[in-house]
Amino acid sequence: MEQFFTTLGIWLGVLFTFAIFSFLYKDNHFYKIAEQIFVGLSAGYWFVYTIFFILIPNLYDPLTQDFNANWIKLIPAILGIMMLMRLIPKIEWVSRYPISVVIGTTSGVFFLRYLKSDVLNQLTATMINPFIGESWVIIIGNLMLIIGTICGVIYFYFSKKHTGALGVSAKIGIYFLMISFGAAFGYTAMARISLLIGRLQFLLGDWLGIIQP
Amino acid sequence: MGKAKQIDRRWIFLLIFIGVALPLIFTIGLPLETTKNVQMVYDMVESMPKGSKALISFDYDPASMPELHPMAKALLKHCFDKDINLIFTAMWPMGVQMAEDIMAQLQDDYPDLKYGEDYVNLGFKAGGMVTIQSMGKNFREIFPKDMNGNDIDELPIMDGINNFNNIGFIFSLSAGAPGIKEWVQIAHDAYGRPTSGGCTGVSAPAMLPYVNEQQQLTGLLAGLKAAAEYEILIKTPGTAISGMDAQSIAHLIIIIFIAIGNINYWRNKKAEKKGGK
Repeated sequence: MEQFFTTLGIWLGVLFTFAIFSFLYKDNHFYKIAEQIFVGLSAGYWFVYTIFFILIPNLYDPLTQDFNANWIKLIPAILGIMMLMRLIPKIEWVSRYPISVVIGTTSGVFFLRYLKSDVLNQLTATMINPFIGESWVIIIGNLMLIIGTICGVIYFYFSKKHTGALGVSAKIGIYFLMISFGAAFGYTAMARISLLIGRLQFLLGDWLGIIQP
Repeated sequence: MGKAKQIDRRWIFLLIFIGVALPLIFTIGLPLETTKNVQMVYDMVESMPKGSKALISFDYDPASMPELHPMAKALLKHCFDKDINLIFTAMWPMGVQMAEDIMAQLQDDYPDLKYGEDYVNLGFKAGGMVTIQSMGKNFREIFPKDMNGNDIDELPIMDGINNFNNIGFIFSLSAGAPGIKEWVQIAHDAYGRPTSGGCTGVSAPAMLPYVNEQQQLTGLLAGLKAAAEYEILIKTPGTAISGMDAQSIAHLIIIIFIAIGNINYWRNKKAEKKGGK
């Protein structure tokens, strides 16, 4: 029986893979069916997951097992219910309060962490002696890091017209930005091809058995 | 540009499909060099004493399996070969299954591994950064039980693990948020623990700045290429290496089409200028 379901799973996977790939030729009913099944399954999965893996272990179980020690969990529960009021137009305004609590708390928690990790530590990592390096490649890399950071920041300084030295620095900054966007695009292309490789490894390996899965 | 001069994009799709499929069937074995970031991860694992403990967070789902599964497998193999005990956790719900799947694949290679002694799966916990922060204060508050419902005080691997202090290193296999960024912000920047990660190619440019002088990240495995490099380092070829031939051919096809597109563009521009005169 287990073997039957494994084989059925592989065949379903194959059918859905081809249905999705068929969109590359042109939009068609097979693609639409596969897309809608995927969306429906995802929504159903997450609905069940939220109830059984978030609401029950984090709210229902603690409250039913030891209410006195966990009554404070009622506060987020009430805020969650208030958030759902958004679905009723007449009392939609109620949902603004839990949203403000979420935004306020998130800002407070994230501010310090981001300030340390993304601002202070990044700045410290850039404040290096560029000429200390094992090889000339590292030294050039260090210099590029410093020049790129400074010029990149200058490009986003809009309080003064970009002319003269400021203009030249901003121009260098934009070149660094363009190169970084190009590198990011390269990584994205690699990631997308990796996904195709994953699908083909499934088709050629698990389904056809031509290659080792 | 006249429409008649444009290549039907479906030819490009077909060529990419063939370009990826053929190298998977007929291996070419194109050379691959190890990069510094991958070497740093390898060296970090190598430097861990026998019996030390590492925390591996599976922060991805099946959508990112082709990129992250090979590197997860290679990393876990390396850790088990070095007798490093592994504590699995997940900041993504499906991460739990990802860890389970890798362990099922490794079962034949490591039949003597004992659950609860050599490795443990603590499961998923919602909350991202807040959860990680609480783990840094008290593990048991967040994970009183493992994913099978066992009390973690009864598991030998969790002896002496109350927070991040006795963890040798932390490694996040990440496809987005919560993931590497959150682990860096808390585990490294707040608690000072060596932290590293593996991510998808798409998120690599956002993660690379953390590999810096401050060692916010100790190396980074970015995308399938890094997974292939790691497989080379541990001398265990896997699906990442076999995928790299296909990756290279696909990139070559993309580069050729970019060149053709640009040449076509300049030719048309020249023709338009001539026509204008």
